[in-house]
Amino acid sequence: MITQMKKFIRQDTTLTVLLGLLIFLILLFGSILQDKFFSFDNIQSMGYQIPEFAFLALAMSIAMITGGIDLSVVANANMAGIMAGYVLTGAVFGLNSGMSDLTLVIIAILVALIVATLGGVFNGILIAKFSVPAILATLGTMTFYNGISTAITEGKGVVGFPDNYLSIGTSAPLGIPLVFYIFFIAFAVVAFVMVRTPFGQSIYLYGENRIASLFSGIKNEKMIIKTYALAGFLSGIAAIIMTSRVNSAKYNYGDSYLLQAILVAVLGGINPNGGRGKVTNVIIGILILQILQSAFTLFAFSPYAKRMIFGFMLLLIMVINFIIDKWGARSKSIAKDSEVVPQEAK
Amino acid sequence: MPGNILEANNISKTYGGVHALDNVSMCIKAGEIHCLVGENGSGKSTFVKVMSGAITPDNGEITLNGHTYRSLNPIDSIREGVQVIYQDLSLFPHMTVAENISMNKMVALGKKLVNMAEVRKTAEEQLARIGETMDLDCPIDEISMANRQLVAICRALSLDAKLLFMDEPTTALTNIEVDRLLKIVLELKEKGLSVVFISHKLNEVFEVADTITIFRDGRKVGDFNSKELSYHSLIYHMTGRNVEYPRYVRKATDDNIRFEIRGLSRPGHFEDVNVKMRRGDILGITGLKGSGREELALSLFGLNPSKSGQVIINGKTVSIHSPTDAIVSGLSLLPEDRYTQALFPTHSISENISSASLPSITTKAGLLDRKGERQNAINMVAKLHIRTPNVETSVQNLSGGNQQKTVIARWVLTDPEVLILDGPTVGVDIASKVDIYEQIQSFASQGMSIILISDELPELLANCNSVMVMRANKVVGFLSNEELEKPDAADRLQSMMSGGGDDFQPSIPVLEAQA
Ligand SMILES: Nc1ncnc2c1ncn2[C@@H]1O[C@H](COP(=O)(O)OP(=O)(O)OP(=O)(O)O)[C@@H](O)[C@H]1O
Ligand SMILES: [Mg+2]
Repeated sequence: MITQMKKFIRQDTTLTVLLGLLIFLILLFGSILQDKFFSFDNIQSMGYQIPEFAFLALAMSIAMITGGIDLSVVANANMAGIMAGYVLTGAVFGLNSGMSDLTLVIIAILVALIVATLGGVFNGILIAKFSVPAILATLGTMTFYNGISTAITEGKGVVGFPDNYLSIGTSAPLGIPLVFYIFFIAFAVVAFVMVRTPFGQSIYLYGENRIASLFSGIKNEKMIIKTYALAGFLSGIAAIIMTSRVNSAKYNYGDSYLLQAILVAVLGGINPNGGRGKVTNVIIGILILQILQSAFTLFAFSPYAKRMIFGFMLLLIMVINFIIDKWGARSKSIAKDSEVVPQEAK
Repeated sequence: MPGNILEANNISKTYGGVHALDNVSMCIKAGEIHCLVGENGSGKSTFVKVMSGAITPDNGEITLNGHTYRSLNPIDSIREGVQVIYQDLSLFPHMTVAENISMNKMVALGKKLVNMAEVRKTAEEQLARIGETMDLDCPIDEISMANRQLVAICRALSLDAKLLFMDEPTTALTNIEVDRLLKIVLELKEKGLSVVFISHKLNEVFEVADTITIFRDGRKVGDFNSKELSYHSLIYHMTGRNVEYPRYVRKATDDNIRFEIRGLSRPGHFEDVNVKMRRGDILGITGLKGSGREELALSLFGLNPSKSGQVIINGKTVSIHSPTDAIVSGLSLLPEDRYTQALFPTHSISENISSASLPSITTKAGLLDRKGERQNAINMVAKLHIRTPNVETSVQNLSGGNQQKTVIARWVLTDPEVLILDGPTVGVDIASKVDIYEQIQSFASQGMSIILISDELPELLANCNSVMVMRANKVVGFLSNEELEKPDAADRLQSMMSGGGDDFQPSIPVLEAQA
């Protein structure tokens, strides 16, 4: 039993540390907040809140595994949400078009997914075809998508959606929120794609050494476009969840999610330099962040305080990762090894 | 003992059960050239890393200039005058020659402001010490590999090196450049510097060595005065057997042309290249670095578009615009530089081997066949004698030569019709070379057409049934199988390569890669 555990710990240090942290936080907040923390309401509300930014975190994670980043996830989701909102409020087809609510809802969902995916494809093209560094490309599109949203809505919210649309965000079969099922399935699918398909493997290889992946006959450009398209698609799902939960779409919704998405990805062990990290570990990162969120809410921290704490956490994790890496490298002799450190890619 | 600059006592280092170093003791005398030789994975690089303080041994102590250290750190090591020139040289590619030579010294002196005049002066002084001149203002990424090496040496000298470790410094150099480097190393010795020199090329070792220490499986076989050893006894001590390169004889009977290059040109890189190959042909291409051979290989692989000419495989003209196209058309390339162009350092051996064959290990359902991937890797590890506990190990934990074998395995696994190998045995020990040659020859015997780019003449003479020589972007000579078997073959190749004169300036190859 103990040897099994040791083996497990050695196999995946990140996972072990994350699980340890998760249990620690549950016990800590559980003992301070007691029933308030373990209440059905609190747990169910976590179940509603998790999926919302989980999809953004997932989108961020896969972009980071390529060695890039997608800063446009939230802006892209808002843009998609607004477009879907126009369909739902009848601004596109007119109120008397005779379409049933259900048809409208289906069209709206498709619109959200398509718009967000196209937003991702555009990122991918900028990065792959025009060699714009991901951080700049997506910073640009973040501003651009945000601009589109602001311009067409004139900064106002799009409100008033049909009930069947709202039920996406509110219904809870068997007591578990519907959005949580979606979250669960989507993560399982993406995790599977990442480890079991040639596409996923290419993402990791590219993230580690893009020249070597080019020489291996991997279609780098196509793969990057597909990856950012997938990130866009996931932002589209986030858009549907967000808008259906709050019954509106607005250009600046979920601003704080960008930081949180990066935080969760890094916390989950995704290496910002690319090539390393597991999507499944990101789930635990998400759970940890959500527990902190809920606890802070129960402690009645202000949003500004939360933001400060999360920002600080992000920096802290990066520093800790750096130290672990360096310490590991010294004992494993990776750092100075000429046979290990690739020359700077030109 | 006086006269010893370094004494290492009972050094051991294990990595998860692998004895990288097993109770090794060694002395380096002041002013000697001490060569370390041994098969891939025998512990040479690990020894260097321990002496530079980059890794801490499990056991043992190190005495430098009479000061004994139980755990040596890099700063102490540098203070004692130890400098290491790693294979990647760790230079700053965008900084100038002068800056690269002088910067570490300025930092070491605690200079807050950079005085360009001083930087240049230091650089000039150090270059003068090795009797070289160079354009001080040229950025590092625009000078040749050989000159970069000299810059790294000058940087070490500027830091008052007393003991210089060079781990396989000659792998990326052409023969002429190697001669120049060895001459400099000998001159440095005359000036009192101790040099520890690692190389798999034994002729280099005999040229410079005073003492030769042989490693095997992490243990020291012994220290020898280089005069005591012959080529054969050295190899015998290293490998425990007698090693001889197998000579390839083509047995295929199908004489149809399966691969043809017709008038292929890219001005400034290569001009009017014509090649015809049958099944089982092994064509050598040789020439100095910058003669166009590497550019030609990249071009065939879809990375350096040619301006005119045709490539024909099995009678069909193919248009190859990317490595993907090349692999699909049945043409694979083992690239020249394993660190930048081939390795995925943190990935496992099995993922490194499969990376160019992802489509063929994908099932109909679109999933990767991880079991098959693993099995392929296990087979390759056995075939090429890759030294590793298992195929899940990350390649970064392999020794240099074993990394190279892993990359060879990757390309062989694509099962191409035409396999281009650009420097396949760089950093590979002599016994493993035999393994690799046997594999290359057996693939050829099974019908693969192989292009072997190399500047090791014994390698070309053992494996090729024709050799093409390039110089200054042109094909300048061609030796047939009969000519290769004559005793003057090596000399003829040599003189064709250098063209008799030394006015030729090699250019830096350009890789026109996407993304
Ligand atoms: N960081 C590491 N983790 C695990 N094993 C390692 C690590 N570094 C080295 N080894 C192992 O230690 C042994 C000695 O490696 P080393 O790099 O010293 O060999 P070498 O003599 O330099 O070989 P080569 O001629 O191929 O460069 C090898 O078996 C290698 O796999
Ligand atoms: Mg080595």
